[in-house]
Amino acid sequence: MLRFFLTRVGLLAPTFLGVTVVAFIFVRLIPGDPVEVMVGEMGISPERHAELLARLGLDLPLWEQYLRYLGGLFQGDLGVSIVTKQPVLHEFFTLLPATLELSFCAITAAILLGLPLGILAATRQGSAFDHTVMASSLAGYSMPIFWWGPLLIILFSGVLGWTPVSGRISLLYFFEPVTGFMLIDSLLSGEPGAFTSALGHLILPTIVLGTIPMAVIARQTRSAMLEVLGEDYVRTARAKGLPASRVIGLHALRNALIPVVTVIGLQVGVLMAGAVLTETIFSWPGIGKWMVDSIFRRDYPSVQGGLLLIAAIVMLVNLIVDLLYGLINPRIRHRN
Amino acid sequence: MQSQNNPRRFSVARKSFSLALVVAAFAVGGAAQAKTLVYCSEGSPEGFNPALYTAGTTFDASSNNIYNRLVEFERGSTRITPALARSWTVSDDGLEYTFKLRRGVKFHTTKNFTPGRSFNADDVIYSFNRQLNKNHPYHNVSGGSYEYFNGMGMPDLISRIVRVDSYTVRFVLSKPEAPFIANLGMDFASILSAEYAAAMLKAGTPERVDLDPVGTGPFQLVAYQKDAVIRYKAHPGYWAGRAPIDNLVFAITPDSSVRYQKLKAGECHVMPYPNPADLQAMDSDSEINLLRQEGLNVGYLAFNTMKKPFDDKRVRQALNMAVNKGAIIDVVFQGAGKPAKNPIPPTIWSYNEAIQDYPYDPQRARQLLREAGAANLKTNIWAMPVQRPYNPNARRMAELIQADWAKVGVEAEIVSFEWGEYLKRSKEGEHQTVLLGWTGDNGDPDNFLYVLLGCDAATGANRARWCYKPFDDLLREAKQTSDIAVRTRLYEQAQVIFKEQAPWVTIAHSVWFQPVRREVVDFRIDPFGGHLFYGVDLR
Amino acid sequence: MSATATLTVTADARRELREFWFYFSENRGAVAGFAVVLAVVLTAVFADFIAPHSPVEQFRDHLLQPPAWQDGGSWTFPLGTDAVGRDMLSRLIHGSQYSLLIGCIVVVLSLTFGVLLGLVAGFSGRAVETVIMRVMDVILSFPSLLLALVLVAILGPSLGNAMIAVAVVILPHFVRLTRASVLAERSREYVTASRVAGAGTPRLMFSTVLPNCMAPLIVQATLSFSTAILDAAALGFLGMGAQPPTPEWGTLLADSRDLILRAWWVVTFPGLMILVTVLSINLMGDGLRDALDPRLKRS
Repeated sequence: MLRFFLTRVGLLAPTFLGVTVVAFIFVRLIPGDPVEVMVGEMGISPERHAELLARLGLDLPLWEQYLRYLGGLFQGDLGVSIVTKQPVLHEFFTLLPATLELSFCAITAAILLGLPLGILAATRQGSAFDHTVMASSLAGYSMPIFWWGPLLIILFSGVLGWTPVSGRISLLYFFEPVTGFMLIDSLLSGEPGAFTSALGHLILPTIVLGTIPMAVIARQTRSAMLEVLGEDYVRTARAKGLPASRVIGLHALRNALIPVVTVIGLQVGVLMAGAVLTETIFSWPGIGKWMVDSIFRRDYPSVQGGLLLIAAIVMLVNLIVDLLYGLINPRIRHRN
Repeated sequence: MQSQNNPRRFSVARKSFSLALVVAAFAVGGAAQAKTLVYCSEGSPEGFNPALYTAGTTFDASSNNIYNRLVEFERGSTRITPALARSWTVSDDGLEYTFKLRRGVKFHTTKNFTPGRSFNADDVIYSFNRQLNKNHPYHNVSGGSYEYFNGMGMPDLISRIVRVDSYTVRFVLSKPEAPFIANLGMDFASILSAEYAAAMLKAGTPERVDLDPVGTGPFQLVAYQKDAVIRYKAHPGYWAGRAPIDNLVFAITPDSSVRYQKLKAGECHVMPYPNPADLQAMDSDSEINLLRQEGLNVGYLAFNTMKKPFDDKRVRQALNMAVNKGAIIDVVFQGAGKPAKNPIPPTIWSYNEAIQDYPYDPQRARQLLREAGAANLKTNIWAMPVQRPYNPNARRMAELIQADWAKVGVEAEIVSFEWGEYLKRSKEGEHQTVLLGWTGDNGDPDNFLYVLLGCDAATGANRARWCYKPFDDLLREAKQTSDIAVRTRLYEQAQVIFKEQAPWVTIAHSVWFQPVRREVVDFRIDPFGGHLFYGVDLR
Repeated sequence: MSATATLTVTADARRELREFWFYFSENRGAVAGFAVVLAVVLTAVFADFIAPHSPVEQFRDHLLQPPAWQDGGSWTFPLGTDAVGRDMLSRLIHGSQYSLLIGCIVVVLSLTFGVLLGLVAGFSGRAVETVIMRVMDVILSFPSLLLALVLVAILGPSLGNAMIAVAVVILPHFVRLTRASVLAERSREYVTASRVAGAGTPRLMFSTVLPNCMAPLIVQATLSFSTAILDAAALGFLGMGAQPPTPEWGTLLADSRDLILRAWWVVTFPGLMILVTVLSINLMGDGLRDALDPRLKRS
């Protein structure tokens, strides 16, 4: 097991180094001058311009900038945002809980709905129910979520007035963030109604962000179940006269879950990409929206740091899934 | 002091209410105990020290509501009034400005800091020396770039600041500069607490000064959650009297249609930057008052007068006559603009009403072009990639001008770059003609004429790269005296020369629209584009 | 001899095609998807003849006119008009050209480069393989849309650059798939046989191994087609794709976001077009996989 663990981590190291290079180079390739954007029409003298570039460390040769950046990285220093003059790491972790909360709700909703739907569809293969589940999950998978979001806003906030338009909680509630997770903080605050308000603000974004993962999970669960249900040992169990629920619950489900877990892990990258759109639509103060803003503002250190940290999270989750997979399934562990 | 940072204040009236009821109650004006005004702002501030930043969102969140300056602009106008300075005198040579300071002005008491004294000369000296003096212990704190201070030429202008006594400060300038007083009303000149700064320096956390602001202004910061909300409460000991509202909340809402949605639902009382598409609906909504005022700005097309054939004034005049401004106002501004004839907006003193704009006259234009030997001119029009107050859609504007010029035989190609590139390349003079504009900083004509058209700026902000001695001499003369009547005469003359020489096509001054809910009392549009909430009340 | 060979090949191909169609047509969803895709293709090809108006002509007297069946609508503009009076139906019809174009170009780009890189990785030594696969890992470590966004920021916002960005983002899937297939095929007897017979590496790559990897690649290409349309539209929505007044569907959506509450039709129809097109392609892709899969298993 240790060997397996070490090889996986060893594989990750060069990839991570590659990620740092890519984030670094990409950001330097974005045309436009952050100093010019900062001062706007006012303009700036060439001397002052050079001075500011020097202060941002942008006047050094590329390799030196990269080494400095890498050096800072190992000390947990990702630079300082050009716009807010705050450390990038600090900004990132201030906004991360909002994204995590939303992603967590979305993936939970996707699992809670997708898993049972997939299982039921598999056990009733070919039925009207199965066809409905398959059709709607394919529609969910094909959904342009940047359209789906506004559509839900028109319907539920505009026409019906059931849900708030945007934000994380009603402005009436005010308490210091403790964990950064609004659901937990609203409970901790002890203010009556705060939790309901936070929950109400989460509903639409959760639906929008959870749509694609749910569709993928339902489809994957169904096909994994079908495969397992067709295997000899399940047929044997059935032939032995075990009740269907027991066969499905005990034998089939456990084996079918292995590939499903992988799929759920892979959805993390999808969630991060979805967060960019969902947060933009709902004015959700998370890192997806922050990244988009930073790109538009030419805030080099923020884009660079954000790309790196998001990639690190995706890689970490993939590693965990990989390890879990190895833990569940010994065959994988010994293959390498 | 007891109410310091008391979160319950926002929630007294709504125990046991359902969410829907709460929202409804909130919509009709908040709880009876506390008046809370909600402003749906368009973005997060960059920070809370206005000297460090340049964005309007930052000024709204800081200088406009939590700080004061020595002199300020009267709310809703460009007129200078005394603020932290009670009065001032200028020496005859125009080099020494002596300010008498107001006594008994209290700083905010926050969770980090309880002021031990009232405002005095040390605070003024700290606030300016931090920006001026490279060796000041605070100079490099929080990135330490003071773009407005530098952009207004302050480091060269101020030779030293003298503390005459606790309530008298003298600024000694290196050359006479009449707009200096107006400059001191700008955001970067906000006064911070020297006592707080010293305490934070001692505690080893100087950057706190810029994060947890302590000012003398009408509101004090309670809490800020990035990209979500900023909360303020009224400063109880404000020197000009406590603000009529108790709490001020900025709900950060970047999407303008969402802002409108919230305004309609009563979730906010004031919103900036409405969609032009929504103006009509806002105007007819009885719940919303749509305020409007001409902005302190100008949108223009500058000819690169260092390039042929734009060094010939006949070509510039001809292209002026070839542009149909009426169509631009209709299509690009959708009525929310006024054709411009002068480089300064009519809200500024010394605006020359007598100037006659070039008429729209394609035939005369053709003839002039022929005379100048530029009959089949091929050129380009640079169009900005971003929306600005003085030009809501530069690309569409460029398309219209392109079509107009085609009618007089001038073939123009539309060019665009990323915004930072655009600013840089146009400053370096790569363009032939460029669309750009300007929003005034201090309401002084010098801030338009000298900054945008003076010889000193001919390789910088002066995108026409136009240096014309008779014009420049008038501007320099006007800097020497603080006599407004004399300066007015000089600037009026300068505008005559400008029009005749035509380095720009002056296109439009835009109109600001500001929707506020019916229950908002006495909100005034700030000509500088800021949002000030002192003096605003809720019915 | 070569004539008979050709003959058998065509006969083989015909038989395979018939077999494929048998499996494919069993799947009703796939056939329906295929029909819709065909309709969209025809619409795109004959857009100039079908569209009632020019997609860019502005009817200044008919701003934001609702669809024909609503009060104030007329059959001159069956699906209404947008903020500057352009006919929605005509814009949607012309928009289909862009979406299909995006899908085609992106898939051709990433398929070509993906297969090439995958073949090289599969056939070359360990060093080259490691480099290629690690680079693909790096690309996959970034959330796709975010990476595409940064790429477009670098290249400048335009339709062409959005396509390049999306192609880069989906490239790793093709590389991985090709390499995996190559590794699986390489150890088979027929490959060893042709190697013994003296076939060079390029010949092995393209004539021997590649044709046998085609089935999964075709399926992946179909699915990527829909991903490409979605991602390019998302970029358009964020203002980083096709630039107005191009009637690309995502750009249409972004353009009319501020009208969401005033004019539902300008927001609803472009999104619906994207959904229907992508859904049909995915249905078709599912059918393709099912039809190609049994053959894979038998071989």
